[in-house]
Parts: sequence; C-alpha cells; structure tokens
Amino acid sequence: MNLSDFILTLPIITLLVWALLLLVVDLWVPKGRKGIVAALAALGLAVTMGVTLSQSGGSGLAFQNMIIVDGFAVYLNVLYLVSGLVVVALSHDYLKRMNLERGEFYPLMFFSIAGMMLVTQAYNLIMVFLALEFLSIPLYVLAGLARERPESEESSLKYFLLGTFSSAFVLYGIALIFGATATTSLALIIERVGQGALNLPLFIAGAALMLVGFAFKLAAVPFHEWAPDVYQGAPTPVSSFMAVAVKAAGVAVLLRVFLTAFPSLAAEMAPLGWGIAALTMLIGNLLAIAQTNLKRLLAYSSISHGGYLLMAFVAYGNPQVAGQAVAAMLFYLLAYTLTTFGAWAVVISVEQNDYQGLELDDYAGLGLKYPWLGVAMLVFMLSLTGIPLTMGFWGKLFLFRATVDAGYVELALIGLLSSLISAYYYLRVVVMMFMRSGEPRIRRDGWLSLVAVGSALAVVGLSLLPNQILQMAAQAILSLQ
Amino acid sequence: MNFETVLPLAPWVVFFPVLGILLNLLLGKRLGEKGIGIIASLAAGLSFGVAVLLALGLAGHPEGATYPFLRWLAVGDFVADWNFRVDTLSVTMMLVVAGVGSLIHIYSIGYMHADVRHNGEPGRFRRFFVFLNLFVAAMMILVSADNFLMLFVGWEGVGLCSYLLIGFWFEKGAGGIANAQAAKKAFVVNRIGDFGLLIAIFLIFYNFGSLDFETVFAQAPQVAAALPGVILAITLFMLLGVTGKSAQLPLYVWLPDAMAGPTPVSALIHAATMVTAGVYLVARSQALYQQVVLAQDVVMWVGAATAFFAATIAVGQYDIKKVLAYSTISQLGFMVTAVGMGAAVAGMFHLVTHAFFKALLFLGAGSVILGMEHGHEHAAAHGSHTEGHHSAFDPQDMRNMGGLREKMPLTFWVYLIGALALAGIAPLSGFFSKDEILADASLHHPAVYLVLTAAAFLTAFYVARQLAMVFFGKPRSEAAAGAAESPAVVTVPLVILAVLAAVGGLLNFPTTHWLEKWLEHSLYGVEPARFILSVALISLAVALTGLLIGWLVYGRKPLEDARQPDPLARPLNGLFLALEHKWWVDELYQAVVVKPYLRLAQFLAQPVDQGVIDGLVNGVGNLLRSTAQSWRRIQNGYVRSYALTILLGVVLVVTYLVLR
Repeated sequence: MNLSDFILTLPIITLLVWALLLLVVDLWVPKGRKGIVAALAALGLAVTMGVTLSQSGGSGLAFQNMIIVDGFAVYLNVLYLVSGLVVVALSHDYLKRMNLERGEFYPLMFFSIAGMMLVTQAYNLIMVFLALEFLSIPLYVLAGLARERPESEESSLKYFLLGTFSSAFVLYGIALIFGATATTSLALIIERVGQGALNLPLFIAGAALMLVGFAFKLAAVPFHEWAPDVYQGAPTPVSSFMAVAVKAAGVAVLLRVFLTAFPSLAAEMAPLGWGIAALTMLIGNLLAIAQTNLKRLLAYSSISHGGYLLMAFVAYGNPQVAGQAVAAMLFYLLAYTLTTFGAWAVVISVEQNDYQGLELDDYAGLGLKYPWLGVAMLVFMLSLTGIPLTMGFWGKLFLFRATVDAGYVELALIGLLSSLISAYYYLRVVVMMFMRSGEPRIRRDGWLSLVAVGSALAVVGLSLLPNQILQMAAQAILSLQ
Repeated sequence: MNFETVLPLAPWVVFFPVLGILLNLLLGKRLGEKGIGIIASLAAGLSFGVAVLLALGLAGHPEGATYPFLRWLAVGDFVADWNFRVDTLSVTMMLVVAGVGSLIHIYSIGYMHADVRHNGEPGRFRRFFVFLNLFVAAMMILVSADNFLMLFVGWEGVGLCSYLLIGFWFEKGAGGIANAQAAKKAFVVNRIGDFGLLIAIFLIFYNFGSLDFETVFAQAPQVAAALPGVILAITLFMLLGVTGKSAQLPLYVWLPDAMAGPTPVSALIHAATMVTAGVYLVARSQALYQQVVLAQDVVMWVGAATAFFAATIAVGQYDIKKVLAYSTISQLGFMVTAVGMGAAVAGMFHLVTHAFFKALLFLGAGSVILGMEHGHEHAAAHGSHTEGHHSAFDPQDMRNMGGLREKMPLTFWVYLIGALALAGIAPLSGFFSKDEILADASLHHPAVYLVLTAAAFLTAFYVARQLAMVFFGKPRSEAAAGAAESPAVVTVPLVILAVLAAVGGLLNFPTTHWLEKWLEHSLYGVEPARFILSVALISLAVALTGLLIGWLVYGRKPLEDARQPDPLARPLNGLFLALEHKWWVDELYQAVVVKPYLRLAQFLAQPVDQGVIDGLVNGVGNLLRSTAQSWRRIQNGYVRSYALTILLGVVLVVTYLVLR
C-alpha cells in the first residue's frame, strides 16, 4: 500500500469521506433548513467530479491490482456523479413535501455511487462482488425510505430478497471461476486462459452464472420482474436513480469483466447475450404497452433500454467491432441518462403529495396547460423512441450500426421492430398530453423544471453534434482492451 | 489582408445572425422595437463585415480555400462535414446577401414599425426580425457550403424562412386565409423542386461516392465519359430544383403569390437573394453542366422562355408588387439563360446588379405602400368614405395611385433610377449586365437572342407603364392625394441602393472586366466576356423604344379615375384579358394537377387508408395489446414466483450451454 494507491482511488475516498461528514452535519441542521444539506451534497458530488476529471487521460492499477483506473471508468464515473447531481435536484423538494427529509438519504446515495464507481473499476472478482453489494445495500434502504407506506416497504423487501438471490449467483460463479483458474484476479485469469491452464467447463459455467447475476442488476429479461414493482413503490427520485445509474453500473461491470477476462468465451456467451438482449427488448416494450401507471411504464421502458445496451455486449468477442460497439454503448448511455432523468423529472412534477397523479389519465391536457413541461416530455418520449433530432436517435443508430457490423443483422432488426412497438406507448403519453383535455395539476419547483427543460435542451442540442460525442466515447475506451 | 488570418472568421457569417436570433429571443421583449431592430441589423451588418474581410483576404489569394469547421457525422462510408468554402464565387454571394440584407434590415425597422401597427399586432415586430436573421443565416449556409449536403441544408432553411415570412400575416389577406394559402403554395411548389434536387444529390452520391464539390467536379469528366446518361439525369433533376427555387417555368407560380409577405421580405428573399440560389447552384455546378450540351440547352431555353413569358404577364398586372414579381421571374430567366449558355460570369453579374435594383424597386414600392396607407388612414380619420368600403381599399393597386411624384419626391427619384436600371438604360447597372447576356447569346444562340430582346422590350414597356400609373397624372384616390413621404430610416437605405443600382455596372465594366477576373478563379470554364457595340446599341434602342411606347400609351393621357379600364384593354381585347389573368396558368394547374391529385388523395385517404391500412395498424395494435395484457399476468407480485422465474432463466442458460 503506498501513496499512488490512494491517489488513484481519490474520487471514491472523497465521496465516502464527504458522505460521513454529511451524516454528521445533518444533525446540526434544523428541520426546515435541510436545503443546506442538499447543497452540501451537490457540492460534494461536484468536488468528486472535479477529482475524477483530473484523472481523465491517465490509467493505472491500485491496491495490488484490485482496482483499475482508465478512460472507460472515468467516463462512467462522471456519468454516475452527474446522475447523483440530478437526483439531488429531483429529491430536494420531493423529500420535503413527502415528509421524507431524513439525514441518511444523501449519504446512502453517496455510498451507492461509490459502489458503482468501484464496480466499474474492479479488477478482481472479489472486488466485483464486494462493490456490487456496496452499491446494492444502500439502495435497498433507499427504496424503503417512505417506511410508513406499505408500497415502499414492499419495494424495499422485494428488492432485497431478489437482489440477495441474484448475488448468490454471482458469488457462485466467482467460486467456479476460482475453481477453474485458481485465481480471482482478472489479470491472472487472462494469463491462465492464455496458458490453457484451466478447467474449461467450470470456467464456462462460472461465466454464465456471473452473466445471470449482472443481468439481474440490468433488469434484463427473464431476470427483470423485480424492476416494475420496486420502481413503483420506491420514492420516485430513487426510482429514477435506479433506472439510470444502477443500469449503467450493470452494463459497466458486465463489459469490464467479460471484455477483460472472458473474450475467449465469446462463442458461448454471445448467443446467450443475443437471446437475453432480444427477449429484453421485445418483452420490455410489449409489457410497457399494458401499463397505465407512469412509474411502471418507465420501469418497463428502462427494461427495454437495458436490452438495447446489451446489444453492445453481444459483439464483445469480435475484436474488430468490440471497440465500436462499446463506444456506441457509452453514447447510448449518455442519451439514455439525459432522456430518462428528464422524463422522471416530469413524473415527479405531476406526482401529488398523496402519491397520486401517476396514472396516464392525469397527464390529459398537460401539454396545453404547461407547454414547457409538455414539450420537454414530448422530446423525451421521441428520444426514447429514437426519432431523429434527438440523442436517442443517434444512440440507436450507432448501436444498430455496430451490431450490423458485428454480423448480427437479425438482432438489429429485432431492435428496430421493438422500437416500433415502443412508439405505441411513448406516443400515447404525447397524445394524452396534447390531444386530450383535462385539468392536470403540477408541483412547481425550479429545480425540477431546470432538470426537465435542461435535459430536453441537451437531448436536442447535443443531437446536433453526434460525431463529437461519439469520438469522446471512443477516446474513453481506448485502454479497455 | 492575409488570407490565412481571415479564413477562420468564415463561420461567423453564419453565427452572427444566429447570435442575433438568440439575443432577440432572450432579450427582445425587454429591449423594445429599437433594440430589436438594432440587434438584428447589427447581426446582418457584422456578417457583411466578415464577408468584406474575406473578400479582402481573397484579393491576395484568389484561389480561395475551404475552412474545415465540423465533422458532423461519419457513419460507414458516409461522411458529412460542415465546412466553409471561401472562394470568389461564394464570397460574392455573401457580399450580396449580407450587404443588401443589412440595408433591408435597417429599412425594415421603419417599415415594420408602421406595418405591425397597421395590422394591429405590434407584438409581432420581434418575430419578423428573428425570421429575417434566420434567413440570413440559412442563406449563408447555402452559399458557403462546400458540399451538396450542406448546400441542401441551407436550401431548405431559406425555403422555410420564405414560407414563414410569406405567411407572416397568416390570418390576414382575402377571406382571412389568402396569406396562409400563399405561404402553403410556395412551400408545396418548392417541395416539388426540392424533390428534384434531392434526387440529383442522391445520384451524385451514388455515382461519385462523395458530395464534396471538389471531388465531384474533379471526377465529372470521367463519370461523364463512362455514364453520360447519369450526368444528364443529375443536371436535369438539379434543374427541377432550380425551377422551384428560382421561379422558372413551369414552377414559377408561387413567386407572384409570395408577395403576400411584408414588402422587405419580397425585396430580400423574393427578389435579391433567395430566388437567385438556383442561379448560384447552376453557376457552381458548371463543371457538371458543361459535360452535357443537352442539359445546357434545356437550362438555357427554360430561362429564355421564362424571361419572355413572365414579361408578358407583367404588362397586364395592376398590383404594384405583382408587376415587380413577374419582372423578377423574367430577370431570373435572363440569369438562368446565361448560366445555361455557360456564360456564368454574365449570369452572376446580372444577379448582383439585379439584387441592387430590384431590392431598390421593392423597397421603393414598400415606401409607396406606406405612403398610401398613411393617406388612407388620414382620409378615414377625417370621416370621408368616398372610396366605398373601408376594407375593400387596396393600397397596392396602381389604379388607386397616380401623381405620387409630388407627394413622395425622394421615393420617386430613387424608384426612377431603379426602374431605368431594370429597363436597361445606359449607363445604369442593368444595362451592362443584361447586355453581357445578350452579347453572349447573339454569338452562339441567335434564337435565344431574339427571345431575350423581345423580353427586354416588354421589360421597358411595363416599366414605363408602372412609372406612369404610380407617379404621374393626378391622384386617383383620397389615399394617393393624402400620401406623404416615408421617414429617413426607410429612405436612407433606398438612396444607398439607388447609388449601387446606378453605378453597379462598374463591377464588370467592358474595359476592366473586374468581376470576370475575380470569378474566373472559382468558376469552371469561364468564357471571356465580350462587349459588342452593335448589340449594345440595339438593346439600348429596344429599351428606349419600349419606354417611349409605354409612355405614349400610359403617360401622355393618364388614367382619369381608378375604375377606368387599361388603355390596352380595348385594342388588345382578349389578349390583354389573358395577360391580366396570367395566361390562366394557375387555373390550368388547378385543373390538370391539383384537382386530380386531391381526388387521388381523397381516394387514398378514405377507402385505402382508413379502411385497409388503419385496419391493419389497429389490428396489430390490438394484438400487441392483448398479448401484453395476457403476459402481464406472469407479473403477479409474489416474490416466490419472481425468484422462480430467475431460476428458470438460469436453467435455460445452463441447458443451452450443456446442449450446445
């Protein structure tokens, strides 16, 4: 252990220390002035982001090859921290009006983000498992934050039970891989695979079980059923955090482990990924059609987008296109983050203090009465569908293009078809907002409007510069392979 | 001026107007009319400043260069770059667009101040200037493009602005809908042309593998040798785009209706700049056109026929702006003929001088209309309603005018300069540029020369008719009697344009040929211009004869009152009726194209779409919905069954791996 270890992990350390300080500071902040805590939390995330950005361009290993720092990690860490900042903006007013202003909210979120950063940077399977737990446990608590509501408790308990169940698969997979290679270090696994010194069936089984565990975090079909129930019951800002950041972390760890340690298993794993991606896109979109509750609708929507993200995984074994696919995936994540947070911001605006206002009918006439919010939601729905002039369009274009280049034309066609299905329910929201009359009520809050309008502007504005952003994503992954 | 130092400024020709838009959108409401006008004019003016700097830079480095600005998109083999082409041709267009544009922005401050009040909607002042800046930005994208894709972006952008500005008073006009219909007509007709251009661009990409001007033009001879038919198709489809944008036969019909827009719009977009985009496109694509003689001939004849045809219609119009609109179509016909003959320099020369004198004429007409509206309101305020219905009064009808020479002396004098330049009277600018086209035609294409000379005669004739009806004789309405001169913000741009219209001929004066030496660096296959004394004298004689006959018919014995028929109506009888009704082309299109098209659309809408297609779509939708409903039951809310599903998934995964 030496100084460079600490320097390389400085962002995580900063975040954790800040979280502990927040916990203490909160004790001295009187009720009614909790805005100070939110501001401090935002400051902490911003400081961490600064530290993270200072690492961009560099790379290295820390703590005896336990943790890696590279462009891929920096890109995703920034994404998690941005998500954190957005969640602070979404939560502040929500917590106050729902009477949920508890001191542990922001620190728990910080812990979860630290877990995400660790899981993205993990270079040892033990680290992978610990980090996964580290990111999940705070989320179990956050989902049950509104503990007087049975729905919230149900959400928390379901997430906890099923999450533990799936963690067992990851752990079992790691055990099998250790059995096959006698190591948990990714670097050593590559070495052993190169020497051929391993037990192949065990190795394959271990990888498959880890794939299952990661697919659970991603809410990929058929490991998805927890997501709608959990998202619906959890406090809405927490749901948005799970829909974006947790999913990103799931894809990140999947690609990190499989791209680094298991490229030799591409022949076995790619068809599995193919099937899971196809099922996830189709079933996620299909079930979304039947939803009338916006939180459930967005939950199924996020399931289906997990399927699109998995398209990048399918191509991971093909060295010619793996880089292109991962760059497309990172681009898609950015588009997804901006769009999804914006849509959740609108949902939070419409949600009433008694947890009503979440049905599709509550959106009738929204676009006519509140044009800014309505147009922002229109942009998000179009972007989620993948209509041009939005980031969502370019994300799908680049992802499909990479998939076609990798030779999976059928998968790209399934993606296209499921996008078509998704138009059915995304546009229904638009129809509700602009073509039905109603008396919608919204919660006016500057931060919410800022997130909604700001995301909408970014979704449209950044779509004018797709190539620049793709180049940035491609830069980030140069060191991954 | 060092070219390398000014080149990076090129994007600012687009970004200054964009900045103007943003500032006016954000701050306009607080700044008031003056602030809005100043910001917008400054944006156009700064854009002009950049164009001047680029021109100065080019003086020492006339080959020009491309400034790489942004790689917009790269997917597979397809690359879309946003680069700025800075060469003598594009900078010439920039100077015209931003120069004339700036003057028109300034003029609009005064004109729109009165217009928004006259129409009872002062809040739209800002919108007008936002659109005007947007137009300048789009036009700059068009002329500075270095590939066909960005050119098309600008091409569509100016089309959009044209639509928005024609329909600026969309709820006004006859029946409360005429203006909106005019805007729609412009949009739809242009769409037909744009479709042609789009096909041309597709063909270019398919056959050349690139959309960059440089690559395409360099390969043109090889491709033409291998696939002559392809180049012919490309050029003819491109011509379809040109006939739409530059209002040539058979797609010219939108331009006269476009006069529904405020007068500065007619001056800037529908006379000086946007409608010349087609001429610019053919001039830019000379390398393609010169590969196929047939295409050149088609372009040339389309232009010549338009020049003559539109000039005949202009003779029979009573609306002051409609006369100018048909005159614009006719003059665009001259330019298209020129670029079709390969005399691109002559075409560009006429483009520039026409921008000066036609902008001047339109703005002068605007000043006349302002004066008439002033007089009309003045008369109405004093309670006399001898003109009949208040709403029926048309301040643009030349029959209601007369005698404005004394009421609006400054407007009269500058209008006279513009009109004589249009008629081609030496030594005003129009004489030199038109003469260059005629000289070239007389050498290679005598038939075209005859048609153009006839058109020139008609031009002089309708110019004389308009001058006589508007400015001479006695006022034929109370509005004309009460008309007053416009304010300085309106007249100063007029004076500047009048100077340009008078001396613009110096640009390519027969001894120096400055414009030709300037443009030969960026135009493909420039022919040396000739000055043929006999042609010049003939054209001057023709113009003077036209003016004289016009004067004899309309000036010697002016109309007595507004209801008196046109002096030509009796002797020409049916022919004049045809002119007045624009040869019934609109009615013909209505019967031959629009009506059958609407019937087809009705058929496709009623039984086909609502029956077959909606049935299919709804069927699929219902199927998906019911599938979703039934699958939804799996999601029963019990953790044990969720865990079971996960286990099932694992079993599937393992089974697959084992069976593989």
